[in-house]
Amino acid sequence: MTSTEPLLSLRHLSTEFSTTDGTVARALEDVSFDVHPGQTVGLVGESGCGKTTTLLSIMRLLPVTARITSGQVLFNGKDLLALSETDMRRYRWKELSIVFQGAMNALNPVMTIGEQIREAIILHDLMDKTHANRRVNELLDMVGIAPSRRDQYPHEYSGGMRQRAMIAMALACQPCLLFADEPTTALDVMVQAQILELLQKIQRLLGLAVVLVTHDLGVVAEVCDTVVVMYGGKVAENGPVDEVYNAPQHPYTQRLLEAFPDLNRPAGSLAVIPGTPPRLNALPPGCRFAPRCHKAFERCRVEAPAETDLGGGHTAACHLLEKAEAHQ
Amino acid sequence: MNRRDYLLRKIFFSLVTLAVVVVLNFLLFRVLPGDPVRAVIGRNVRISADTQQALREQFGLDRPVFPDQFLTALGQWARGNLGVSWSLRKPVSEVLLAKLGNTLLLIGLGQILSIILGVALGLLAGWKRKTAVDVGALTFSLIAWAIPTFWLGIILLAAGSTWLGLPTGGIVSPSNVGKPLYTVLPDVTHHLILPTLTLTILYMGEYMLIMRSSIMEVLGEDYILTAKAKGMSHWQVLRKHALKNAMLPIVTLIAINLGFTVSGAIYVETVFSYDGLGKMFQTALVKQDYPLLQGAFLLLAVSVILANFLADILYTYLDPRVKAS
Repeated sequence: MTSTEPLLSLRHLSTEFSTTDGTVARALEDVSFDVHPGQTVGLVGESGCGKTTTLLSIMRLLPVTARITSGQVLFNGKDLLALSETDMRRYRWKELSIVFQGAMNALNPVMTIGEQIREAIILHDLMDKTHANRRVNELLDMVGIAPSRRDQYPHEYSGGMRQRAMIAMALACQPCLLFADEPTTALDVMVQAQILELLQKIQRLLGLAVVLVTHDLGVVAEVCDTVVVMYGGKVAENGPVDEVYNAPQHPYTQRLLEAFPDLNRPAGSLAVIPGTPPRLNALPPGCRFAPRCHKAFERCRVEAPAETDLGGGHTAACHLLEKAEAHQ
Repeated sequence: MNRRDYLLRKIFFSLVTLAVVVVLNFLLFRVLPGDPVRAVIGRNVRISADTQQALREQFGLDRPVFPDQFLTALGQWARGNLGVSWSLRKPVSEVLLAKLGNTLLLIGLGQILSIILGVALGLLAGWKRKTAVDVGALTFSLIAWAIPTFWLGIILLAAGSTWLGLPTGGIVSPSNVGKPLYTVLPDVTHHLILPTLTLTILYMGEYMLIMRSSIMEVLGEDYILTAKAKGMSHWQVLRKHALKNAMLPIVTLIAINLGFTVSGAIYVETVFSYDGLGKMFQTALVKQDYPLLQGAFLLLAVSVILANFLADILYTYLDPRVKAS
């Protein structure tokens, strides 16, 4: 672990959605993790486990039906949740920017790529139009798009190029933290690899901190320093990638890794986690993973486990670990 | 596909549509029941058979419908000759042109006002959805859209003339009849208030409803989230990213409505005794003045085709994807 102060620190963040049938979906509960400068953090979990909601909560871009109920989002020690909307706007893109999944719809179809990139630079008053134009060319060049294509529209780009343009756009204001929300979804495998390579290159070049949301555990192993495993709106396990992958402590992480193909044991059959993720407006009373957990016992069904510190920045929320700790 | 190819293709299809319309326009009035000559002479039964026959020959009705009458008509239309009105004894094109100006004035004003107000209201309602503003605007628009035109016209006519002393009909006061319209502007404005208000309310509902659903759909798009993530204010997002995308369906609607401008005012012009194409249409129908109706139909069809063609051109500037498809 780095000894520096965290760049971004989530403290007990909880977010709720009010659903159309009047119930409340607890999309995030007590989510805490840190992102240090220059670090790449992987945020993994099944669909609907709260990965994207976490990013949108940090950026304060949640839909009107959602509400952050408690917690803090400390960015360089300053709580973003306490800022006025006007002040928060200054942080967006300039300090924290985001690459959305499926770049097709994330780009405005009736605006040229160049204009969409330049717009962000002008908006944050970083430079005049001439310099901004030059900067757009530089950015496109950096992500491997010929600057001559800046006046084209999104539909004239291929899927991979759109994602590259989206990355160039995200870098426009030189943020220190980049969120990438499933940046390789809906791209073919070769292009996926290129995009990841590009992200890594840029991360090293600019010393960016990156939070990568994905459900591809292979990508996390390859790219990330630490990994946050989410399940049903909560952090199940969080720690350095090597440690979590080699010695997963939470039963969910264990099953998740077993369910992922490993080139070292190609003949082995893949594990399956029975059941489906919980509906967020009908959560089980105890541990959210208990109904699907192969190690669950009585206490798991009535009481939610607290996070256990396993040392070295490795934490996991499971009753089994609490017992182990108590025995020591 | 570049813009030139796109436009050529659109021109081609417009011409094909026009050809079909011309044929239909000819056929329609040949299959209608009734004897044109009887319509012309009215109830005067003393006109001899010889005279009736002479009239038929004069109108070319003694010859076979196809090919003789069809080709004659086609040749005349091509030269801009739409025939002679039976009831008014004047060239059809002259009659149409005289009425078109008045109708364009009325409908033009009504359209411009309803577009501005409807789009603005729709934008506001879609943006502030599920608030009192939205519910109020939605209720108003649904009612406005559902109200029968003539009913609203009559109510406004009664209310406006009784309480506000506005004129009940016509385009100028009797003392000003015959003077050029621009010389008696205050009087004309006075006369235009009620019919314009009627049209504005009627069309506003439609524009508002389309704009509201369009802006709501656009505001749910991912690129709107991107724009917000860039640090734009709600207003900037609306103006720079949402508006242009949301206006696309409105452009189509405007084109369709402008096309029907020519005929759209039949009810309003009749209720307000406004001397335009709509009222002429109604009179021509009652008097079975086929050449006049035929000419009006042709004008209507051509304006619909033209308006759609203009919308297609406008689309190439608004939506870069159009040329590619």
